[in-house]
Amino acid sequence: MFDAYAVNTLVYHPELCNGCAMCTAVCPHAVFEMNGRKARLVSPQACMECGACQLNCVTDAITVESGVGCAAAMIRAALRGQKEATCDCS
Amino acid sequence: MIDVSSITAAPDIFPATSRLTASNRWDHFLARVGWKRSEHRVKPGLYALGKPTPESPVFVTANYTLSFDALRSAVDGIDGYILVLDTQGINVWCAAGKGTFGTDEVVQRVFATGLKDVVSHRKLILPQLGAPGVAAHEVKKRTGFKVEYGPVRAADLPEYLRTRQATAEMRSVQFTLRDRATLIPVELVHIILPTLIVAVILYFIGGIVSSLAAVTTVLAETVLFPILLPWLPTHNFSTKGFILGGLAALPFALTVFLRHPDWSWYRQVGQALGFLFAMPAVTAFLTLNFTGSTTFTSRTGVRREIFAYIPVMAWTFAAGIVLNLAFAFIR
Repeated sequence: MFDAYAVNTLVYHPELCNGCAMCTAVCPHAVFEMNGRKARLVSPQACMECGACQLNCVTDAITVESGVGCAAAMIRAALRGQKEATCDCS
Repeated sequence: MIDVSSITAAPDIFPATSRLTASNRWDHFLARVGWKRSEHRVKPGLYALGKPTPESPVFVTANYTLSFDALRSAVDGIDGYILVLDTQGINVWCAAGKGTFGTDEVVQRVFATGLKDVVSHRKLILPQLGAPGVAAHEVKKRTGFKVEYGPVRAADLPEYLRTRQATAEMRSVQFTLRDRATLIPVELVHIILPTLIVAVILYFIGGIVSSLAAVTTVLAETVLFPILLPWLPTHNFSTKGFILGGLAALPFALTVFLRHPDWSWYRQVGQALGFLFAMPAVTAFLTLNFTGSTTFTSRTGVRREIFAYIPVMAWTFAAGIVLNLAFAFIR
């Protein structure tokens, strides 16, 4: 059966990893784990695309499309023909 | 001549305690029911908790009262500084996503409060959920302060401060029954007026049963869905909503047969199907919108749900309405 959450935009390049372990510190869903001196992507499907890992990775080894992920904001943006959804709903 | 440009008053340091007063608790209650949502604010700046010295730790938080109060009450007995960022009264995680709990604001607040002259060390303890907005290495480069990401929950700070190591549990975000139930009041408050209006309109069109159907549909999403979330089948919030809405619609479909035994069978079936199509479509639309209130749905996943299921919701809702109206006129 179709699972909307089976894919996401998280991409990790282990060859760029410098072993700082920041990704393991900032991730709220244990997507990364340290494996010796490199990070390892252990739970990619648990990624909620918050972008904390990307922002805190000095070597740009991680990319992900983070942004406003709330359905109401995305539907509103689509109806108004805006490219990006914004958070200003209150 | 005195060079007045070199005379500057040190920025204020505000006092703070770990005590939560009745007034604080009332403020928290109001926030939890959505009263004046963006006005639960604390003045940004530097606060002294207890009797801090230049070696005391510096904790960073948002200027939302719930965030500030959770932090200061969690570190009861600890002397430290609290650096409150201006996040426009928004909590840490949402503000981080928006960028207001961000690198620039951290840097600006460090300089505006003259923190360098207050503490002798160069460490800032940030809540882990500030990370989506803060590039730790950038803060270090621009201020000289090293960012240390503390636990997700302020309640874990005392243990964290003992070991300066966060456990996997401290670093993970759950979505427990209690977390989910906490969202119910604010969801209800936002939806109650539109629901009552729709219920009144439906009363004149379809009678009391239609009104009840609307109220049931909404209550299923606002109250039952947050509670039952992990136990409803499928991963998609839309399909979970279709299932829950279908279950909520069943009694209504059945009452058609009980209340109108005199109707022709096709009129009974038509009306019953009207409920079975329209109600789940609305519930599913509402549960899809609940994704933004969770701690784990991804943007990509929500987008995929929107494209996969909004058309289904639109068609089934239309079918349900058409069936209901058609059999209002066909005898």
